[in-house]
Amino acid sequence: MSLNIIVLAKQVPDTRNVGKDAMKEDGTINRAALPAIFNPEDLNALEQALRLKDANPGSTVTMLTMGLPRAAEVIREAMYRGADGGIVLTDRVLGGADTLATSYSLAQAVRKFGNYDIILGGRQAIDGDTAQVGPQIAEKLNLPQVTYAEEILGIENGKVTVKRRLEHGVETVKAPLPCVVTVNGSAPDCRPRNAQRLMKYKRAVSTSEKAHLDEKLKAFVDAHPYLNIDEWSAAYVEADPQQIGLPGSPTKVKAIENVVFTAKESRRLDNNDQEIENLIVELIANHTIGG
Amino acid sequence: MANFYTDNPDLRHHLSHPLMEKIVALKERDYTDADKFDYAPVDFADAMDNYDKVLEIVGDICGGKIAENAEAVDHQGASCSDGHAHYADKTVENLDITRKAGLMGMSMPRRLGGLNFPITPYIMAADIVSRADTGFENLWGLQDCAETIYEFGSEEQKQKYITRVCQGETMSMDLTEPDAGSDLQSVMLKATEQPDGTWRLNGVKRFITNGDSDIHLVLARSEDGTKDGRGLSMFIYDKRDGGVTVRRIENKMGIKGSPTCELVYKNAKAELCGSRRMGLIKYVMALMNGARLGIAAQSVGVSEIAYREALQYARERQQFGKPIIEFPAVYEMLSVMKAKLDASRCLLYETARYVDLYKAYEDIEKERRLTPEEKAELKTYRKYADACTPLAKGLSSEYCNQNAYDCIQVHGGSGFMKDYACERVYRDARITSIYEGTTQLQVVAAIRHVTTGTYKALMDIYAAMPFSETLAPVKERLAALTGKYQAAIDTVQAVNDPAYTDFMARRLVEMAGNLVMAYLLATDATRYGSESMTKSALVYANMAEAEVNKHSSFIAAFKPEELALYTQA
Repeated sequence: MSLNIIVLAKQVPDTRNVGKDAMKEDGTINRAALPAIFNPEDLNALEQALRLKDANPGSTVTMLTMGLPRAAEVIREAMYRGADGGIVLTDRVLGGADTLATSYSLAQAVRKFGNYDIILGGRQAIDGDTAQVGPQIAEKLNLPQVTYAEEILGIENGKVTVKRRLEHGVETVKAPLPCVVTVNGSAPDCRPRNAQRLMKYKRAVSTSEKAHLDEKLKAFVDAHPYLNIDEWSAAYVEADPQQIGLPGSPTKVKAIENVVFTAKESRRLDNNDQEIENLIVELIANHTIGG
Repeated sequence: MANFYTDNPDLRHHLSHPLMEKIVALKERDYTDADKFDYAPVDFADAMDNYDKVLEIVGDICGGKIAENAEAVDHQGASCSDGHAHYADKTVENLDITRKAGLMGMSMPRRLGGLNFPITPYIMAADIVSRADTGFENLWGLQDCAETIYEFGSEEQKQKYITRVCQGETMSMDLTEPDAGSDLQSVMLKATEQPDGTWRLNGVKRFITNGDSDIHLVLARSEDGTKDGRGLSMFIYDKRDGGVTVRRIENKMGIKGSPTCELVYKNAKAELCGSRRMGLIKYVMALMNGARLGIAAQSVGVSEIAYREALQYARERQQFGKPIIEFPAVYEMLSVMKAKLDASRCLLYETARYVDLYKAYEDIEKERRLTPEEKAELKTYRKYADACTPLAKGLSSEYCNQNAYDCIQVHGGSGFMKDYACERVYRDARITSIYEGTTQLQVVAAIRHVTTGTYKALMDIYAAMPFSETLAPVKERLAALTGKYQAAIDTVQAVNDPAYTDFMARRLVEMAGNLVMAYLLATDATRYGSESMTKSALVYANMAEAEVNKHSSFIAAFKPEELALYTQA
């Protein structure tokens, strides 16, 4: 059967090579100092999507990303690797979103997209490391979710079979479609950019990028519909202004500090409920967890 | 992860050579494919941008997976069982990734599924692949056998086989036999024509790189009773038809990931490629020229990794309280390695451009008559390509061996251990000066361009090009050395004894190579405004001067009757 596959991807600062100026004084990420890259686990998710497409001829892979207009870069990158196209959800009012507002906004975009069979995304993004957005989207759309996926084994009779990577082994589960699957970094690497696809799609531009092209290039893009990357606004996806951006984000950053983990802080607990309860109380008291 | 294209600014310099505009216009037939193929360029800038972006893919894959896999491939090596060769696990991975990246059939036309790249950017990809995994370059680089089918095969064969190569099927050229190595005229593998027009092959081939490939080009004796090259024809064997088994693979010193096979043909079905009797005299010669350019690229890749490994070690290794790179004995070695690397790369791309130009004209000639000017250009560029190919293959392969040797030397005792990449590089380098014609055979191919003046003509062209202020003195010195080169040729020719000329040929060809490379390095450094190339040009000029003087004085002092001293009982 042919599938409509949505892949959620995020353009993130490359936190794997962090220098001194990676954080601003106010505790937010200094995005200008770090190169913007395709979130690594979203690439793992894209590979799973492309394998589904290979196995189910006629399927389409559509990228969905939320961010600044320049996030169209991840869509182009995905098109070089095999995706059919994508949408940038971009709007000033979406800025400053925490995971709750982000997943609401993306869920609205998915609703707008309408006809989908499966939504894939990376387990988590390397800038926030929350792993919350995928599962929250599933909740908002009232869809089943499979997390820590390492391999999608196949789709049969409207059910997807997924191998999950757990702490001490693997688990194989089935979920009815449509559903959300978040993919682990231990899944196979994404296939490379393909030379022919790169030459074909290198001029793909989002609506706002197109506005900056000269007339000749603009005409070229207009003449080739596959080179247009749509941009969707908050209003277009019918998002409730109170649930998006800063107003929709209950998370407030209290403070940011450098934490150096040292071995002497490790402690051994006995295997009983009392010990665990004591630890939870202690961690809440020192604000390591909770509010 | 490094990108082996973008971390090496010289590659972009060479790609930006002014001749590229002409090469691309010819190859793209003034950009007429753009209406038919969505990935075809619309103009020169677009085409160059395509090459640059695709080479970035090559650099990314090579600097990542392929380089990472090289050690494991070397350790596991290829194997043989059940009549087939089997790649190392990581080689399979490498092939898979290059296929998915669409890097097969790079120079083939779009109508057959290729990228229609000129030879120059394709050769640049080979240079990059070889730096990552020298043995893998063989498997990947054998795609240029498709060139032979493209040039000489029927349209049906092109549609059948080249499309498959562009999809990622591998190739091999089955030429060598137990009793036919350098002397291919002695090939015995027997081809028998069938009533239906197909052929059957029977016999044995040996030392066949990637001999279990999907599509083979086979040199075989089609004319019963003949004994020389004129009885040989070229055939295409399709593995899907069966009939060829791998009897064994060689246990080699290097390039272990590339299986070298002994093949047994038992009534293997094959198709004739091109005309009968033209197998050796025309097709193998064309095939070999392409393959030799490939080995020149492979050699440059080896020189590159050897230099980088040595440089890194010399910067990190501390002795007597400082990094060893601060000692003259070490930094001299490194600067000479770099000069040899840069010199061979200049010649590699100069050769690739000449090949591009004459091949583009040859291809256009299939569609329409060339103008007299175009015909003249074709002739000139073919001559330059013929002259430069053995020079590039011969000298670059020798240089990469020298660089691999020095790379170990810089590592000292550690370099002799299996702990560093340099020992693999050293083993992988060794074959480059042997296969596709030994250095001695490159001299045989090159010497006529010494005596007929092709190299001298090239030197004159280069000498008329601009030299930067820093390099102006080099120009004067090279002019004086060119005089010594000419004098040495005159001395040898005056003796008029074939054995004596053969004896001196190596020296004359090396002198020509040193001078051509010195000129190219200086003019390229000027053209690209590159500081590192300028430095290499100065270092190389010193070396070339010493080398030319050495050969010049040897030839001047040598008495022809001394030849007897060198003959062996």
